[in-house]
Amino acid sequence: MFEAKEKINKSKILEALENQDVSIYFDDPLDSDMVLNMGPQHPATHGVLRLLIRLDGETIIGVVPDIGYLHRGYEKLAENMTYHEYIPHTDRLDYLSPLANNVAYCLAVEKLAGIEVPRRAQFIRVIASEMARIMSHLVAIGSTAMDVGALTVLLWAFREREKLQDIQDVFTGVRFTTSYARIGGLAQDMSDEAINMLKDFLEQFPEKLNEIEKLLLKNRIFIQRSEGIGVISKETAIAMGLTGPNLRASGVAHDIRRDEPYLVYNELDFDIPIYEEGDALARFYVRIDEMKESVKIIHQAIEKLPKGPINAANPKRVLPNKERIYSKMEELIYDFMLINFGINPPVGEVYHAVENSKGELGFYISSMGQGSPWRLKIHSPSFINIQALPILLKGHLVSDVVAIIGSIDPVMGEADK
Amino acid sequence: MENIKELLIRKLKENFNSDIEAIVDFQNTLTILIKKQCLIEVCKFLKNDPDLHFDMCKDVIGVDYYRPEFRYEVVYNLYSLKNNYRFLLKIKLSEEDMHVPTVVNIWPGANWPEREVYDFFGIIFDGHPDLRRIYMPEEFEYFPLRKEFPLMGIPGSLELPRK
Repeated sequence: MFEAKEKINKSKILEALENQDVSIYFDDPLDSDMVLNMGPQHPATHGVLRLLIRLDGETIIGVVPDIGYLHRGYEKLAENMTYHEYIPHTDRLDYLSPLANNVAYCLAVEKLAGIEVPRRAQFIRVIASEMARIMSHLVAIGSTAMDVGALTVLLWAFREREKLQDIQDVFTGVRFTTSYARIGGLAQDMSDEAINMLKDFLEQFPEKLNEIEKLLLKNRIFIQRSEGIGVISKETAIAMGLTGPNLRASGVAHDIRRDEPYLVYNELDFDIPIYEEGDALARFYVRIDEMKESVKIIHQAIEKLPKGPINAANPKRVLPNKERIYSKMEELIYDFMLINFGINPPVGEVYHAVENSKGELGFYISSMGQGSPWRLKIHSPSFINIQALPILLKGHLVSDVVAIIGSIDPVMGEADK
Repeated sequence: MENIKELLIRKLKENFNSDIEAIVDFQNTLTILIKKQCLIEVCKFLKNDPDLHFDMCKDVIGVDYYRPEFRYEVVYNLYSLKNNYRFLLKIKLSEEDMHVPTVVNIWPGANWPEREVYDFFGIIFDGHPDLRRIYMPEEFEYFPLRKEFPLMGIPGSLELPRK
């Protein structure tokens, strides 16, 4: 009777932890096996990630991550709104790089509807995506360093990020949730002021990045806490489906910007940083190097930025210019139809992926020819990266948990959708 | 020189001609619909064939088409690092038989995506090592991405914490 009651009270997640195949056994004379609950409210879990950790003394022998605390049902919402209406929701996926998410979503819808975006808009989208990558990686390295005890780096990284956010303010009109890309183009053109601000930023940024690097790479505490910690081999990383910097730190040269080129990335010259070690330090290096590459890409994109329109000439699919809506009959009709009934892309299903700061962000859209998607699936990199956490954590100490979570850089807004 | 897409279609046709139901190439996204019975054989073939070598299962996607026959579809997003090629492998599923064999043994990364499909659609993956809900709470009884589930949710479906 008592046993039965206990069984009901035991949650499924705890059962999953106990059922885990545990291959590391230690001498356990004092019966030191225990379960530690970490999160969802914990400063080092980068949001609302909960981990159930089974410990032997201080050594981790099993981990079950529990996610879903920030689940907002974005896939269900998408089925009930038009394609344009969904753009602001993409900001809230990976909230550290909203610009890149807008671009990713719009690219998927454009692929579905067969819209060709003008070249100027494509270059501006590249600039926006790379800005987002720098912004996101700055948070990643800053918070990783803070998690292992180097507090200054966080402040220095956020100082640089703040400058970028000021640029974003001029560039898109908002500092945080940008909603900048539109289906078939952009919300507004990039002004000369924004370009000049960005140029000034790029001028001084590599030096500041060097300072951050110097602060950490000769810091014995930081190196010791991240070198050889959370190692994932090349084969395991591929098998677990890791993407982005986490995969490239394990020695796999997979970058969607290079492998399935989108926008104008095939016209730009940049390298893909790869490290073989697969540990937390390698993931940190990859992010630092990627920021340097992003600086290179933005320089080239600004240099090559052509003149011309920023929206595709496709009135049935692309929102018209606001000024013309108020003065021209045709545009008013198109605007009314687009807002009320949506863009009605052809029947079919597409998948489009981009290389976001965390990894491969993809949108699968199945359309039935209606104004709203029949099914929209977000392939979020953080979700897949968190999946590998049990492998990364096994055999390490409790104090390494924060370093490893920081090094895979999950964003729960994206993982929980 | 045939490209990877032609090679993939040729090889699949050579080995599983009777099991392929449709091949659609829409806006550069190749979708291949196969019969459910041969899913595991096809997946093993795709992974182990030295020329194709689809070594990553990036995602498992459930779709509810809300039609009388074969209501659900499960889509596998497969990627080959060797060829830098991606395509979607699909199976159809009827409402009476909501069971699909798991591909976790072939691609371990399909673990959480399959749990997600189970959580949202109630599709059961036979042989999955840890088939629990992933986003919704354990005691939640409905499958929210099915089309009959209302957008506003069902009142009382989630128990509030006891005092």
